[in-house]
Amino acid sequence: MNVKICTETFESNKPASLATYLKYGGYEAWKKIITEKTPKSSIVEKIKNSGLRGKGGAGFLTGLKWSFIPLENKQKYLVCNSDESEPGTCKDRDILRYNPHSIIEGMLIASYAIGASVAYNYLRGEFIDEQKRVFDEALKIAYQENLVGKDILSSSVSIDIYSLIGAGAYIVGEETAMLESIEGKRGMPRIKPPFPAIKGLFGKPTIINNTETLASVPKIMRNEPDWYKNIGIGDSEGIKMFCTSGHLEKPGNYEIPLGTPFRDLLELSGGVLNKGELKAVIPGGSSVPVVKGETMLQLNMDYESISSAGSMLGSGGVIVMDHTTCMVSVLQRISRFYYAESCGQCTPCREGTGWLYKMLTNILEGKGTISDLDTLNRIASQIEGHCICALGDAAAMPVRSFLKNFWHEFEYYVDKKQSMVS
Amino acid sequence: MTNKYTIPIAIKNEIDHVRAKFPSNENKPAIIESLLILQHHNDGFVTDSIMRSLAEYLSVSEIDVLEVATFYTMINTEPVGRNVISICNNVSCMLRGSDDILKHVEKKLCVKVGQSTTDKKFFLKDEIECLAACNGAPMMQINHKNYENLTLDEVDDILDKIK
Ligand SMILES: Cc1cc2nc3c(=O)[nH]c(=O)nc-3n(C[C@H](O)[C@H](O)[C@H](O)COP(=O)(O)O)c2cc1C
Ligand code: SF4
Ligand code: FES
Repeated sequence: MNVKICTETFESNKPASLATYLKYGGYEAWKKIITEKTPKSSIVEKIKNSGLRGKGGAGFLTGLKWSFIPLENKQKYLVCNSDESEPGTCKDRDILRYNPHSIIEGMLIASYAIGASVAYNYLRGEFIDEQKRVFDEALKIAYQENLVGKDILSSSVSIDIYSLIGAGAYIVGEETAMLESIEGKRGMPRIKPPFPAIKGLFGKPTIINNTETLASVPKIMRNEPDWYKNIGIGDSEGIKMFCTSGHLEKPGNYEIPLGTPFRDLLELSGGVLNKGELKAVIPGGSSVPVVKGETMLQLNMDYESISSAGSMLGSGGVIVMDHTTCMVSVLQRISRFYYAESCGQCTPCREGTGWLYKMLTNILEGKGTISDLDTLNRIASQIEGHCICALGDAAAMPVRSFLKNFWHEFEYYVDKKQSMVS
Repeated sequence: MTNKYTIPIAIKNEIDHVRAKFPSNENKPAIIESLLILQHHNDGFVTDSIMRSLAEYLSVSEIDVLEVATFYTMINTEPVGRNVISICNNVSCMLRGSDDILKHVEKKLCVKVGQSTTDKKFFLKDEIECLAACNGAPMMQINHKNYENLTLDEVDDILDKIK
């Protein structure tokens, strides 16, 4: 099936322009909602029925999340999470620069549905040159057309959208850290509960959704929930963008129905680089467990299939590794990242990520021992589930899965003081 | 003691524009973007006196500004080279040879990552993050502009053209 949602405009001449977006039926759903004064609850219901799941990593049902917002009439906020920084993930950057109006319309519909009069799009600092410029330009035009702002198209509905820029901190992608950052503080995750839907930005009920999630909303509203529901498979309804990277001939962003065989995604990506052998795949951003190549070839790109192999669909960042890859080096690189990005609030995460990184570095330098491998596993299990946010788990899961799937390679390294592959 | 820094009117206007995005009783939210604006107009870094003036202008405490300035890696509190180079060497880029690119640039510019060249033309940032261009690996950002699918020759070309 060749359905496109977020990437629909990508091939156009001027993908980011309003004219292009209108050509694809853009803003029809929004105009219908504000002229017909569609009840908020029926929008939430529709999104629920479509089965749309969050595309930021956790895969939480979007309509269900929206329904947690208290009904009373007070200040609420919507936040679009364009912080995109999970290693291996680079889809939102393309929606921002090639289909910005879908994000704006999605933010408008979501804000209306939860009763928010203000919405923020938080972009990572490194997006300041291209993505923020394109998004801001689209937003300016949407304001000029009175699709956003005060008394939108004389409907008496008012919603303001602002874009915000981060300044370099992976942890801010975590939703409560993002709220702290918007409030002008260090990006330290908050303890939940209270959940943001009850007590979020400036203490007010807030919904945070990923860019791709929000950009999917307009077309679902236009085409009715069943249309979306029927695209995917089982509990993995709809369609998802996958960012393929690593040892591939044609790494890229591919928007495909959930449930598509991994083989097909591999083929879309041109196959393994230089006809190499598929050794391993990290299917959902660097924090999810690694899967052996031969296992991956049997899986489909949906939540259930990937989790049956002990991993997760995550953010859709599919990192492909061929037979020349040294798994010890890859794991050390991943551990360096989580160590550097830990915000330091929780002892197991702050200390544990440092130990993991240092021990792996030792092994790479030929100073590791076989008992270190057990220690790595033990430290990882002491981090997992013992922290405020999921960064701790994100640091632990790769370690456990790399050791489990490629134990012999780690053993070889500590024994021979060199990599098994080079 | 450093001299007092006076925020120019044009920058004040920019900061006011940032403030207008937030509820009028909230002063802190404008800190991050204001620091980025101020450092943009100050050779890429902010001084103590700049931070003090910002705190005063936003009616927040100095420590509020300092906390933000030290938490976010894009804000520099020390002088750096005029052109900021970030070479991503996170996992997807590593698989596509980013370590060779990094080594090559270190050698070419005679610096180690985290350092600026002596003529202050380049700052080779110690980039730990993935720069969200993984399917264009290997890649680098220079002054926030992306260069993707790099070869060593292309890196030379790009760097040689920068003023
Ligand atoms: C350490 C960490 C980093 C995260 N980074 C991002 C990110 O860059 N972008 C994103 O959308 N979600 C990120 N998330 C997930 C968010 O917390 C949140 O679940 C998501 O934005 C919700 O949107 P969704 O339901 O539409 O997926 C991160 C979570 C953690 C724990
Ligand atoms: S788990 Fe790590 S990153 Fe998350 S709050 Fe705790 S210390 Fe910070
Ligand atoms: S790993 Fe280099 S851009 Fe993502």
